[in-house]
Amino acid sequence: MSRYSIFSLIRHARTGHRDWPRAWRSPEPKPAYDVVIVGGGGHGLATAYYLAKEHGIANVAVLEKGWLGGGNTGRNTTVIRSNYLWDSSAALYEKSLQLFEGLSQELNFNVMLSQRGLVGLAHTQHDLREIARRVNAIRLNGIDSELLTPAQIKELVPIINISPTVRYPVIGGSIQRRGGVARHDAVAWGLARGADMRGVDIIENCAVTGIRREGGRVTGLETTRGAIATGKVGIAVAGHSSVLAAMAGFRLPIESHPLQALVSEPIKPIIDTVVMSGTVHVYVSQSDRGELVMGAGIDVFNSYAQRGSLPVIESMLAAAVELFPIFSRLKMMRKWGGIVDVCPDASPIIGLTPVDGLYLNCGWGTGGFKSTPGSGWVFAHTIATGAPHPLNAAFSLERFHSGALIDEHGAAAVAH
Amino acid sequence: MPNRMPEPAGLLLDRSETVEFSFEGRTYAGYKGDTVASALLANGVGVLSRSFKYHRPRGPLTMCGQDSNTLVQIGHVPNRLADQTTVAPGMTVRAQNYWGSLENDRLALLGLLHRFMPVGFYYKAFHKPRALWPLWEKVIRRLTGLGTIAPDAPHGYFDKAYLFPDVLVVGGGPAGLAAAIQAADAGGEVLLVDENRALGGALNYARFDADGALADQRKAMLLRELQARPNIQVMSDTLCNGWYADNWLALVRGNRLYKVRARALVLATGSYEQPLIFHNNDLPGVMLGSAVQRLIKLYGVRPGSRAVVATANSDGYGVALDLAQAGVEVACIVDLRADPPADELTAAAARRHLPVLVGATVWEAEPEGRNMGVRAARIARITGEGTCAASADSFACDLIAMSVGYTPAAPLVYQARGRVRYDEESAMFALAELPAHIFAAGSLSGAFNLDAALEEGYRAGWQAAGDAGFGFGPEPACVNPKDAVGRTHPWPIFRHPKGKDFVDFDEDLQVHDLENALTEGYEHIELLKRFTTNGMGPSQGRHASVPAVRLVSKATGAAMDETGNTTSRPPVGQVKIGHLAGRAFEPVRYTAMHFRHLELGAKMMPAGLWLRPEYYGAAPTRSEAIRAEVKSVRENVGLIDVSTLGGLEVRGPDAAEFMNRMYTFAYLKQPVARARYVMMVDIGGVIVDDGIACRWHDDHFYVTATTSGADAVYRTMLWYNAQWRLNVDVTNVTAAYAAVNIAGPQSRAVLEPLCEGVDLSKEAFPYMGVREGHVAGIPALFLRVGFVGELGYEVHVPASYGEALWDALMAAGQSHGMRPFGVEAQRLLRLEKGHIIVSQDTDGLTTPHEADMAWAIAGKKPFYVGMRSVSLQAEGRLTRKLVGFEITDRAAPQPKECHLVIRGDEITGRVTSVAFSEALEKVIGLAYVASDQADEGSTIEIKVDGGERVPAAVVKLPFYDPDGARQEM
Repeated sequence: MSRYSIFSLIRHARTGHRDWPRAWRSPEPKPAYDVVIVGGGGHGLATAYYLAKEHGIANVAVLEKGWLGGGNTGRNTTVIRSNYLWDSSAALYEKSLQLFEGLSQELNFNVMLSQRGLVGLAHTQHDLREIARRVNAIRLNGIDSELLTPAQIKELVPIINISPTVRYPVIGGSIQRRGGVARHDAVAWGLARGADMRGVDIIENCAVTGIRREGGRVTGLETTRGAIATGKVGIAVAGHSSVLAAMAGFRLPIESHPLQALVSEPIKPIIDTVVMSGTVHVYVSQSDRGELVMGAGIDVFNSYAQRGSLPVIESMLAAAVELFPIFSRLKMMRKWGGIVDVCPDASPIIGLTPVDGLYLNCGWGTGGFKSTPGSGWVFAHTIATGAPHPLNAAFSLERFHSGALIDEHGAAAVAH
Repeated sequence: MPNRMPEPAGLLLDRSETVEFSFEGRTYAGYKGDTVASALLANGVGVLSRSFKYHRPRGPLTMCGQDSNTLVQIGHVPNRLADQTTVAPGMTVRAQNYWGSLENDRLALLGLLHRFMPVGFYYKAFHKPRALWPLWEKVIRRLTGLGTIAPDAPHGYFDKAYLFPDVLVVGGGPAGLAAAIQAADAGGEVLLVDENRALGGALNYARFDADGALADQRKAMLLRELQARPNIQVMSDTLCNGWYADNWLALVRGNRLYKVRARALVLATGSYEQPLIFHNNDLPGVMLGSAVQRLIKLYGVRPGSRAVVATANSDGYGVALDLAQAGVEVACIVDLRADPPADELTAAAARRHLPVLVGATVWEAEPEGRNMGVRAARIARITGEGTCAASADSFACDLIAMSVGYTPAAPLVYQARGRVRYDEESAMFALAELPAHIFAAGSLSGAFNLDAALEEGYRAGWQAAGDAGFGFGPEPACVNPKDAVGRTHPWPIFRHPKGKDFVDFDEDLQVHDLENALTEGYEHIELLKRFTTNGMGPSQGRHASVPAVRLVSKATGAAMDETGNTTSRPPVGQVKIGHLAGRAFEPVRYTAMHFRHLELGAKMMPAGLWLRPEYYGAAPTRSEAIRAEVKSVRENVGLIDVSTLGGLEVRGPDAAEFMNRMYTFAYLKQPVARARYVMMVDIGGVIVDDGIACRWHDDHFYVTATTSGADAVYRTMLWYNAQWRLNVDVTNVTAAYAAVNIAGPQSRAVLEPLCEGVDLSKEAFPYMGVREGHVAGIPALFLRVGFVGELGYEVHVPASYGEALWDALMAAGQSHGMRPFGVEAQRLLRLEKGHIIVSQDTDGLTTPHEADMAWAIAGKKPFYVGMRSVSLQAEGRLTRKLVGFEITDRAAPQPKECHLVIRGDEITGRVTSVAFSEALEKVIGLAYVASDQADEGSTIEIKVDGGERVPAAVVKLPFYDPDGARQEM
């Protein structure tokens, strides 16, 4: 075991860095585990990590059909925040933000958390009223949030165009100063390394092909690398949740849509906060490499193909260039799509399922990355104890029967 | 221009015009047609930039825009490709990413610290102490990034266009030209696209025969044939930048983005030449063989004075012959192959007595000065895969050309989900399977032999034309060998103990960086890419990805094919954000009566995409104006433009069934000539829209939707009917009608004299009736509905008559003192009646039961969208309810919309609508409250601006005219 630090970097320089230990092992799957997590993205890895750390359950496997963090963990715009409207959402995302705040140190892996502040823009009187309501509600939940005037926004983001003559002028906004970005891949890798250190088996290139059940209970999984017996299975596969649920014989109120993002070529720093606008569907931040990272809206059609259509990108960039005319001559370098799993109320499902021993964590829509540690933390609790933690009790699958939905449609810059 | 060759070299130059430009503050001269890079090289300037991480000096590598070494700042635009951008008079060019000067970059010190900066070092450090990380982050941010962007840089003009060819051919090299010619003969419209300025591809620079004449002959023949076919449209200087579903492609030329739908597609995009990996292979003066040929043939630039050519194919011998012919001394041809087969080009090199060493490689480049160029190449005998003999011979030279292999230029193939597999025999990735309607030819599909490429081109053109419906003649034969084998060295990677053996030039990644990441467990090719950033720079892995696959394959023991490649996505090359943004065409919509409102002094406000009158009058008189408008409607008569309402025609034998499924109410038995309220919920039972359904015939409904919801309602209808397949047509006629609502006790009196063919009397035309007729000679639909709670008629006419309708009604109303009224007055009027506005009084969760709208749900229907959820809600306990409230204390501050309802320290709801009602002489409003606060007579507290809590009483709705007597007069 080798801890990461400046001193270990200097030490390993003597050998040309050829002798760093593996960040995580590459074990063969064992025939049985206490718990199997399906999905080696951030949520699955966090769940395994907290199962081992908080609940002492280390005989755990994380199964990943591709590579670690290859799904939405590696495809999002890396934004972190907790400025959610409803109490239950706010509590969950705030827990997550608090875990993020100590994650680099806890994992001994720099996830490059950058709490540079997150500005939300209002373009209409309706937006402004809604933002005021949110700021009020968020503050009443003890979470930092402030209203901003256009002049204050201009001060924070000097390159923004606050002219009243544009199609959707900036007439105000809000900020969560503790919001920001983190390096998404590093979150997955750090959690993988942390879980592995505590004994969790991380098994890549292993797709689940069936869920074995007896008398309404999970007994194991069939995978492309053989059968694995287990009494507890946690599913954290985002866009493919409905596929896994179908294997277990039930349906989910989930629709899967493509969501796209892109980066520009790297340039020297020009924007020091995260800016998002729900009305015109833009997220912008600048990565530590200098690339502008922008998120677009979802494609309206349903799809499992991890790519979206060009018109969505065109309309997002049209809006971005109105807000930031200087982006115009910059070049787009890469764009990509992920599959978001969206619930009718734009809130996630974390909890029990109709099958005993089978637990579900999905429906994060466009908000999955920021919730990674919090989601894993409550999901680990749910799996370990067989009952939801108070933080995720409201996010049951049952709510679609009881009607106790949690509307967070307005929480993201992306309309669901 | 000391390195300029005499004519005829320099195909792209116009030597009649000299162009002066500046680089790093010094003025240089080039010719018209020069790129910045070629003009600088002609002037002996070989260093254009500093590298991303170690700030090493860099010069041109590919001369075709496929590396980031030539990224420069031109004016206020950063990161422009100097080897693609033509010089213009007065152009100001600066190098990027240095501190001090390009020659003396203080940050080159970072190169000395490389030992402490292995790949991913930032994941392993700086997180402790926690408080210092934000400072480290600032330093890292400042050091990364390439160019800078001026804060006042304008958007500029960019636009978009659409093209619909039968056959699109991408790539204007020999194969693409042949394909276009053949496809055109079949008769369809052919579009030929090439990213270069001159058609011809490799025919413009490569050498295919001993005396270098064949390329020109072939090119002349092909261009002649091309010009003879008027149904071929040629777009050069045009980058095909992405493939999307169903052969929908994005082209970029100048400031225009073309979106092309092609029936069939021929890809003839060629291949990317690949560098040799050795110590100091990034020095300025080390470049691809094809870059050397481009400099000589396209730009008339002598790329050095003494050259070493490292090669593993006969193309390298062609490069050596071109160099010799250009007057460059060829110090040595170093052939990596132990036993190179003889062919026309090797024989020609032998005839010219060019020295050749076989079974050897360039092992190191010796730097000139502070890495500003090459002084010599050290050449060593190859002893095994990637290993060399210990002794090396030094060959003085200032140019090292690399011709060791290719990889297909397959981004569009990958994007179209074609299959590519590794071919052991040719040591290259090769096309294995193409999707329907896509064909490939030329070196992209492995045809390196010129005649084979032409044959493949003709065949692909024939196939594409046939696929597009233009079958013609017999299939052209392919008889020549493709000659893909023997072009690419299987292991052009020579790991050096001192490193600086660059795999990715953009990201300054060396062989050991990738090896170390593999040791740490980042073994999946995608993980390796993300951890090391290999292939993530501006050139997107053109050169870095194949060596990475080779290294992974070797380290893991998995086959090349199993290791796979990283995903390729649009864009193929770089596209300006401005291209994609275009002109932001999202126009504001005006109703047919817009200018009448302006003439009447209306203050306009946005409503969805539309502008609507907020009120009529000057801003200081806002509240008086609204008050007068309300009073006029309540006591007399008013006129409002409601053209922005959505309109949908539902026609067909299943129209009533369709309505019954889409909306919560019952429509099967809705009588003809009657209107009925419609409320749409989603599958979660949440209210998403409302309006009125008019039944004109058994099989014809006209349905209104909210201004901002119309498009979504239309989309939802189409989406569901794609599943249901009912026999109906749904047409969005929003904006095809102009409409007004004339409301107030005198409305009938104003309207009646103008009407023809419709009897407005109470008996003949009752409340919720709908009629057809004429008003002022204009064909019109009359809807007797009452959003504002007075006697009133909505009159819908074809939009072109909108202004005439407005004028006729205003004239007729004059004697009655009729006033136009705006949205604000309407909002107050409907609030008095307790009508909700969807999306103002509802949110993304509001259910019919919460909004007290259960009356609009048909109990006995078998199905409607959201029925299951609504039924569950009906059984469950309400967590909140929308109620009416009033504040009778005239001294209390008036709450605003979105102010919160608070109980103790708990938020129980919020105000959705609020106003002072003149008619009722109190503040009235709608608010969500906890279900145990919803009973009439409960008191709620509203937290207003400044934090004060204002008590309000929950009251029964509506506030005004509870029996509806006024609207049913």
